[in-house]
Amino acid sequence: MEKYLEKSVPVRKKDLSFWQKLYIPAILQGMKITMTEFFKPSVTIEYPEVRTVMPDSFRGRPILVAENGTERCVACGLCARVCPALAIEVQAGETELGKERYPERFEINMVRCIFCGFCEEVCPEEAIIMSQEYELVFTSQKEALFGKDKLVKPIEEVRTRLDFLRKSR
Amino acid sequence: MSVEFIVEALVKIGLVLVINLTTVAYLVLAERKISAFIQNRLGPNRVGPWGLFQSFADIGKLFFKEDIVPSAANKFVHTLAPLISITVAMSTFAVVPFGNTFAFNGHDYKLMIGDVNIGILFILAMTSLGVYGITLSGWASNNKYSLLGGLRASAQMISYELSMGLSVIGVVMIAGSLQLDKIVIKQGEYLWGVIPAWNIVLQPIGFITFLIASFAETNRLPFDLPEAEPELVGGYHTEYSGMKFGLFFLAEYANMITASAVIVTLYLGGWQFPFVERFALPALAVTLLQMGAFAVKVALLLFFFMVVRWTIPRFRYDQLMSLGWKVMIPLALGNIIVTGFFLLFH
Repeated sequence: MEKYLEKSVPVRKKDLSFWQKLYIPAILQGMKITMTEFFKPSVTIEYPEVRTVMPDSFRGRPILVAENGTERCVACGLCARVCPALAIEVQAGETELGKERYPERFEINMVRCIFCGFCEEVCPEEAIIMSQEYELVFTSQKEALFGKDKLVKPIEEVRTRLDFLRKSR
Repeated sequence: MSVEFIVEALVKIGLVLVINLTTVAYLVLAERKISAFIQNRLGPNRVGPWGLFQSFADIGKLFFKEDIVPSAANKFVHTLAPLISITVAMSTFAVVPFGNTFAFNGHDYKLMIGDVNIGILFILAMTSLGVYGITLSGWASNNKYSLLGGLRASAQMISYELSMGLSVIGVVMIAGSLQLDKIVIKQGEYLWGVIPAWNIVLQPIGFITFLIASFAETNRLPFDLPEAEPELVGGYHTEYSGMKFGLFFLAEYANMITASAVIVTLYLGGWQFPFVERFALPALAVTLLQMGAFAVKVALLLFFFMVVRWTIPRFRYDQLMSLGWKVMIPLALGNIIVTGFFLLFH
């Protein structure tokens, strides 16, 4: 117990020397640091002119992956089920193709979306993934409802994210 | 008093006022830029090239803002306080010489507004009047934080005025005059023919105490207790808005310029440009060089003021007081005694 007490109380072993009491050397040292920082390049990214490319681990707005022109989604509805913000709405329709269903309507309410990435995690087809896009601007609630026209993206554009997901899985 | 004298004085006043106000505007920008560079940012760069018109945009914005006076405030004093601050800050510059006496057309033009024979006393008196602006604004706002800021300002400025005055005495003893012009001319001499006899060489301790005291007088960090944001919201100007706040802001920077100019005049050789008289240059060139030297010295000192602001954290109130009374005043007094002995036996 006493051992711990001794540890927690800082004890000044000896008084400050005269040189330390002057404070002026310490101030000059501080100013040296400020001046070296002064000449270092700035870390600012001037946003509207320069746009950062986000790393693959970035969770931007969710998109639907399209392969050969049609989306991979089979409208199982797992993403809508897992979505904690209830942002996703899927309506399934039948197809003539090998797979049985496709999303007739796929809507994500971007006002509700919290970018948690659960939909991406739960998707069995790797059909919905988080993209690197972070610019989301809408002027009305209606505009924030992203339908298939805005969500579907060809697979070539999101290849790096898919690779990243495979690697981390 | 002839018409010529009045015209000459008015021209000089106009020039100094315009130059001072423009410098203040760009000083605000410079402060923001320097702080940005120190923190690895870019600083304002949207208004004009390199953000050069930022200050004018800010002033325009301040003019269009609503002037809010708290209903519990003393309206007359509330309006008077910023006026006192800016007037005092601007008028201190009246006695600072920014160039040597300049002969033109058989007439001697002194490059200072008023050649007062008690120049230093005038400066000390004006800077102590500056306390009124801050204290009255704190009192008139009827706000506890403003009042605390105002009281701190008065306590701080009165204590540092003493060490300021005491450290100046060393300079006065060396020059044998209170006239700023004569102090500067005295600094044109050389020690052993090579080192310019600036008072920073002759009076290093006086220089340090005067420098620290002027930081406290201008309410700059590390002594900006009257407006300490984290403790006092905004200090004495919490209840001010619009151009009244703008006036306080201008006064702070005008005070900085004046303080730098006074330090340059008293300790850094004023407008002296070392060794310029050893080359046969035309009189006009010499005058311009000297004015340029003065401007460069003031600019460097202003830069120093800013770097210090972004380096050192704020003092605690008791540390401020003990530094002022227990360290600065004894040091300044000791400096006077040493200078006296030196002058006596030299």
